[in-house]
Amino acid sequence: METLERIVLEQKIFADLDPEVGTLITGCARNHHFEPGAYLFHEGDEAREFFLVRHGEVALEITSPGRRTLILNTVADGDIVGASWLVQPYRWNSDARARTHVRALGFDAACLRDKCEADPLVGYAMMKRFMPLMVSRLQAAHMQLLDVYGRPEGA
Amino acid sequence: MLGLDGLQALVEALVARGHDVIGPVERNGAIIYDHIAGIADLPAGRTDRQEAGSYRLEARADGALFGYAVGPHSWKRYLHLPRETLFRVRRVGEELAFDPPAAPPKRTAFIGVRACELAAIAIQDCVLEGGNYVNTGYAARRAQTFLVAVNCGDPAATCFCASMNTGPRARVGYDIALTELLDAERHEFLAEPGSDAGAALLAYLPTRPASDADWQAAAAVATTAAANMHRHMPGKELKEALQGNPEHARWDDVGGRCLSCANCTLVCPTCFCTTIEDHSDLDGQGARRLRRWDSCFTRDFSYVHGGAVRTQTRSRYRQWMTHKLAHWWDQFGTSGCVGCGRCIAWCPVGIDITAEAAAFVEGQSHGDA
Amino acid sequence: MTVDPYVPLPYRVLAVHQDTADVATLDLEPVGAAIPEPKPGQFTMLYAFGVGEAPISVSGAPVDGAPLVHTVRAVGAVSNAITRLRPGQELGVRGPYGTAWPVESADSHDILFVAGGLGLAPLRPAVRHVLANRDRYGRVSLLYGTRGPEDMLYREELTEWRRMLDVEIEVTVDHADRTWRGAVGVVTNLIPRAGFDPAHTTAMVCGPEVMMRFSILGLQSAGLPFERTYLSLERSMKCGMGLCGRCQFGADFVCKEGAVMRYDRIAHIFTVREI
Repeated sequence: METLERIVLEQKIFADLDPEVGTLITGCARNHHFEPGAYLFHEGDEAREFFLVRHGEVALEITSPGRRTLILNTVADGDIVGASWLVQPYRWNSDARARTHVRALGFDAACLRDKCEADPLVGYAMMKRFMPLMVSRLQAAHMQLLDVYGRPEGA
Repeated sequence: MLGLDGLQALVEALVARGHDVIGPVERNGAIIYDHIAGIADLPAGRTDRQEAGSYRLEARADGALFGYAVGPHSWKRYLHLPRETLFRVRRVGEELAFDPPAAPPKRTAFIGVRACELAAIAIQDCVLEGGNYVNTGYAARRAQTFLVAVNCGDPAATCFCASMNTGPRARVGYDIALTELLDAERHEFLAEPGSDAGAALLAYLPTRPASDADWQAAAAVATTAAANMHRHMPGKELKEALQGNPEHARWDDVGGRCLSCANCTLVCPTCFCTTIEDHSDLDGQGARRLRRWDSCFTRDFSYVHGGAVRTQTRSRYRQWMTHKLAHWWDQFGTSGCVGCGRCIAWCPVGIDITAEAAAFVEGQSHGDA
Repeated sequence: MTVDPYVPLPYRVLAVHQDTADVATLDLEPVGAAIPEPKPGQFTMLYAFGVGEAPISVSGAPVDGAPLVHTVRAVGAVSNAITRLRPGQELGVRGPYGTAWPVESADSHDILFVAGGLGLAPLRPAVRHVLANRDRYGRVSLLYGTRGPEDMLYREELTEWRRMLDVEIEVTVDHADRTWRGAVGVVTNLIPRAGFDPAHTTAMVCGPEVMMRFSILGLQSAGLPFERTYLSLERSMKCGMGLCGRCQFGADFVCKEGAVMRYDRIAHIFTVREI
């Protein structure tokens, strides 16, 4: 547990976290290792656990019948995989597949949500860290949508 | 001092020396610049009444030959041609052969150049000849042009050259400067040489020496003209007021009035923007490239693949005015405006650049952004 | 008689390489006189017989017997005509015009190239210059984003660069399927991972204007000052010489004070709409 706590507090997203809060959230955490090609989760699954990539690369993918599997985004060291655990109905809306060996911290979503609910200070400390990540993820997604390299209109 | 006969002799001497002589003539209700053969072609006894969005010719009480201010033409139509062939190119097999048009320009003489127009010519000299790349067509024509300035006696209500420090008196840039002195007793011109060529030509003409009274009368013409100008442009503070306020509400205001018709850029003596046109022969073996006047008010002007950068009229008006009155200082060391007032008269909705400028400066001092 | 600067010099097409569906790279050699050697970042005006001219960045300088190279995207009549030229045919070339990437003044700096789409073409001469003078610079990284794997330019050269042990090449695409093994997402995602030291780095950014805007924000978040951030602007051009007035961006002529501009000079108007 001690070592896990150290690993949690080492992550960039938890920089300057109150050590007490660190201990608390470590209670929801465990270590994972994924082989290349393994899925962290599938689209439609209950978002029971979300992941913080310690090392490796994960691809977020969407498959639909008759079409090639498309990659939405790739995430690497220090990134959080998945945001669906934050909001109802807590279901993943894409696949997440390890492209390399991936070492990740998995956080029990319900456990973390309960702890946030029980102590607003813990809740705020978490939201303050996850929000910027989500916002910049959204901004980046907007940029991807713009198709800036595409053919100009009227060309 | 030159009499009417002396002025006629001036024109004839220029023609005899192979010059195309261009001067003011009345045509289609305006005083424009076109070829003249003698002083009989000049708009004697005519004057212009100008206001925002309005230009009318009227009869004068006297027979002054240059008793008007400025019309819709400026001398740029003879120096910075509205259309000019840059080169012809022939395709022979896979090869391309470029032939620049070889014709040297004719000698030209301009009669009746106002002080504001001399300033405008100097500005275009700077823009088109003063950079790393020279507009060689302009340079060649400019070198062959003889300038006879005529000092303004009767400014229009739209004139503000005094405020821009470009007139009403011609100070530099001319070969000969004339001031028309007309009263019950005489109709003469005080003639001042401004160059060796000007002095040489005057020496050849029938003149009498100017008296002190003549000089005083000429000076009075300038003083009266300056006193009769009631429009002015703000001073140094204008540059920052424009450059620092690209999102000022006034741009939407004037943009809402502007028709984007480009009249102002056509009549402005310093506007220099051009476009290029390519024309190929029907047999596909020859082509030529033309340079043509253009205007920043056209939507295509700022077109990059995908669309125009300035899609709204307010953006194009902002570009024109900020360039003319502010950016020009950074680019060329002077204002781009000479105070001739043409843009005010020839704007179909009567936008007054001096009023717009004042609005920006006023907004600045009241802390509006 | 003075040579008219509007008259192009004839150049012959040596080879045409189709990079993507609408992008081609042309190798050119002068028929007679040559233009002065272009500096990295400069552009020429290419004339297609009977059609017209377009400003195209030089993507390969004619040094050591190499041809003059331009990478052209077919987006209009002129660029279409240029990409359809075949070896042996001729076109007109004027220039070179514009400012250069700061490869000379960035001596001893760490260099970060950020390229988006066709933006890699104007940066390529700068990358080549830096790699040819490798010991003059610190860390060298190139971040390259394109639409999809099929839109990548200069694949062979990128692979070659990647093999150099002291250059970092990171590529990302906006859209991909499983056959793409690299990163997916916007090029700004690569910035935090590039691990550069903002105190010693000069960044050169080139690509569509939107991409440059968000790249600059990303670089700024990483602590890079505007004085060491350079970009290459694009505006309507008919002359390339400061005579036609079209390319003005604020008080600057993009053909004279640009296309490569230091960001602190234009930061105040870069985000003003329709300036």
